[in-house]
Amino acid sequence: MANLKPGDKAIPFELPGVDDRRHALADYADKEAVAVVFTCNHCPYARAWEDRLIYMQADYASRGVQLVAINANDARKYPDDSFPRMKERSEEKGFNFPYLYDESQEIARAYGAERTPEIFLFDKGGALRYHGTVDDNYDDPAAVKTHYFSDALEAVLDGSEPPTTETAPVGCTIKWK
Amino acid sequence: MRVSFLYYEECPSHDLALERLRAVMAEERVADNVEVVKVETEEQARELRFVGSPTIRVDGQDIDPPDDSRYALTCRAYRLEDDRISPLPSRDMIRRALRSPAKSRPG
Repeated sequence: MANLKPGDKAIPFELPGVDDRRHALADYADKEAVAVVFTCNHCPYARAWEDRLIYMQADYASRGVQLVAINANDARKYPDDSFPRMKERSEEKGFNFPYLYDESQEIARAYGAERTPEIFLFDKGGALRYHGTVDDNYDDPAAVKTHYFSDALEAVLDGSEPPTTETAPVGCTIKWK
Repeated sequence: MRVSFLYYEECPSHDLALERLRAVMAEERVADNVEVVKVETEEQARELRFVGSPTIRVDGQDIDPPDDSRYALTCRAYRLEDDRISPLPSRDMIRRALRSPAKSRPG
């Protein structure tokens, strides 16, 4: 279970990114919405949804939306999730959002994240407005019926209540140390 | 024909994958005698040469032989015909495996 409920404030963090800079949640305080996405390299669910997240960042950037991806997996057990491999993945896929490494797993634990991918969407005031999965079909983007994340994002940008505020995240479990 | 389905419970695609396997077997008029194996430990994963969930074998041969044979309790990524990654094998992938004799498939 996530530690944050709809309406709760975002938990601050400062983590290293694949661009060799440190990124703090506070860096995005001027954004209309920030989506913290717990994800990783190796998980097929994370990879299946990856392109959709890239498209969303591209589509929504001009409206003040910022995605921030965080990998907290134990790289000793899953070497594909190491920081060097994160850099490779980001380069290979052309990530258009920061990809951060939570090596101590402190942030993932603080948020109560359990799966990859798992989204926490915050409004400009830093309140959680949506938590859960991207949409209802990891296998086929063309067959998606409910776009939970983008529907929530539209609502937040519109100043209204998301139609769904919480869904069960679908994906691999976070690999704890 | 011997069809095995191996899965790790923490990977949520196993229900859909088994449903898809059975549907394609029915379309191909293959008797539904799937051996379903729940893989629960790393030791069992090594013994069964399990590279991730779900894994489907026809006559002992993986329907999509992996390049990297690291045996582990993990979720498996399939590269689909259109180059997308999915936690599920495609229907065509399953169909091709059911149609091709075991000896013609690489292990």
